[in-house]
Amino acid sequence: MFKDITIGQYIEGNSFIHKMDARVKILLSLIYIVILFLISTPVAYALVFLLTAFLVWLSKLPVKYIIKGLKPMLYILIFTSILNLFMTGGGDVLWTCPFLPSLKITEQGLKTAILMVLRLSLLVVVTSLLTLTTSPLMLTDGIEKLLKPFEIIKVPAHEIAMMMTIAIRFIPTLSEETEKIIKAQTARGADFESGNILKRAKAMIPLLVPLFISAFRRADDLAVAMDSRCYHGGKNRTRMKQMKMTWRDGVAAIVLVLASVLLLAI
Amino acid sequence: MIDVEKLSFSYDDEETQEKKYVIAELDLHIDKGSFVAVLGHNGSGKSTFAKHLNGILLPSGGKVYIAGMDTQDDAHTFDIRSTAGMVFQNPDNQIVAAIVEDEVAFAPENLGVESSEIRRRVDECLEIVNMSEFAKSTPSRLSGGQKQRIAIASVLAMEPQVIILDEPTAMLDPKGRSEVMKTIKKLNQERGMTVVLITHYMDEAALADRVVVMEKGKVVIDDVPKKVFSEVEKIKAIGLDVPQVTELLYRLREMGFDMPDDIITVAECKEVLLQKLKGLKK
Repeated sequence: MFKDITIGQYIEGNSFIHKMDARVKILLSLIYIVILFLISTPVAYALVFLLTAFLVWLSKLPVKYIIKGLKPMLYILIFTSILNLFMTGGGDVLWTCPFLPSLKITEQGLKTAILMVLRLSLLVVVTSLLTLTTSPLMLTDGIEKLLKPFEIIKVPAHEIAMMMTIAIRFIPTLSEETEKIIKAQTARGADFESGNILKRAKAMIPLLVPLFISAFRRADDLAVAMDSRCYHGGKNRTRMKQMKMTWRDGVAAIVLVLASVLLLAI
Repeated sequence: MIDVEKLSFSYDDEETQEKKYVIAELDLHIDKGSFVAVLGHNGSGKSTFAKHLNGILLPSGGKVYIAGMDTQDDAHTFDIRSTAGMVFQNPDNQIVAAIVEDEVAFAPENLGVESSEIRRRVDECLEIVNMSEFAKSTPSRLSGGQKQRIAIASVLAMEPQVIILDEPTAMLDPKGRSEVMKTIKKLNQERGMTVVLITHYMDEAALADRVVVMEKGKVVIDDVPKKVFSEVEKIKAIGLDVPQVTELLYRLREMGFDMPDDIITVAECKEVLLQKLKGLKK
């Protein structure tokens, strides 16, 4: 059920990208995403595609993991491409539906559809690249550090990071639990698979109620266990793994900024 | 090391508005370096008692001192919790981090220990529980016994003097149970760690050097395991069992065989039975 989710999964490695500082990686990913939405010419897209391919190569991750991350996006990709294909007008008409003359594919529509699919795919590839090469702890630590300046306007940086850590930690535990409850309820005659949407949504109740009850009980236990180990928020807390920026981060930042300037210029 | 003086813990019953005592005027003194097993069936107050030993629960009456510090004194809360580390029943519900070594680092990080020192402690503690090779693994991929050993390591990282284990093997399979018990025994014997083991497995209690039996919030028996388990009828009256080997010899004795009443381990039992069989042959 949850096995296809690549976001939040981390694959150990020793590559250039693995060794980069989490804070820099998060910031650069954000810049990358912004750039992705600002560019519009096919040439720029081709360059971004090449840049992304280079990053994937640099990360030494198996390409199948990257592809796997795209799988859950498949329907959204198909849906947006069809929508863009038929809804965008302009340019020469390439094809007209024989039964419905208003339904036609234009040159502009085809172009927009392709670019849109490319844009969304690249977005997913880069975010999964970030999570695949950064351990969950480093990721949340990075977010905590980046949010630190916003503590002045009462953003609870440490608490947000701690919640994310715990959430990531409990994904496998709760998915296991879900599977167990599904089996237990199926054995009692519950039917999760047939009927219309409304019926199926209703069938989820005997799954969700025990799942929530157990999640609350777990949360309670965890709170006591954390208390027992002297947890008292982010105050005076030290970290075993210190974050350090190296020359790698400098090089990556310079390359990405130059690439952005170049891409926006064309 | 641990001094419990007239400890009471009560809550108000919602229906009758009466005070219900979970623990009533309990006195107990635990020496440094000892291994104490606390036995009792469900509702005997043994878990509640354990939670008093590191200030998770505070007494309604009486006092609990850990290494001379009063658990009710707010100024010492963190000192007490790092002196008396606590391991819980469900290994899944006490692990915070998604990587083993980060989990072990959690407590010293909370205590504000310097990062190189945390690294040293993490490596040492994983070594003690024999989990070094799993330092970079994800806890969810480990077995129950391994997870529980990680939980023990993450408590050891505070460098406590006492370790309190609240039914640490209740959710484990036999293999995991023996791994965890071996680790506990090793901590006590090789490192001189004071151990308080809350359990309802008699075979585990037999490994301790002192057994405290609780019933209805009171200590009813407090002695060395051999003495405690020799009183088979008394133990059964409380609703508990004796170790299987003790039970076996008890039944044989009832059948008229001359068997000793202070046998609590399988090895001892084997010796005794072999001796008797040899005697019969002659």
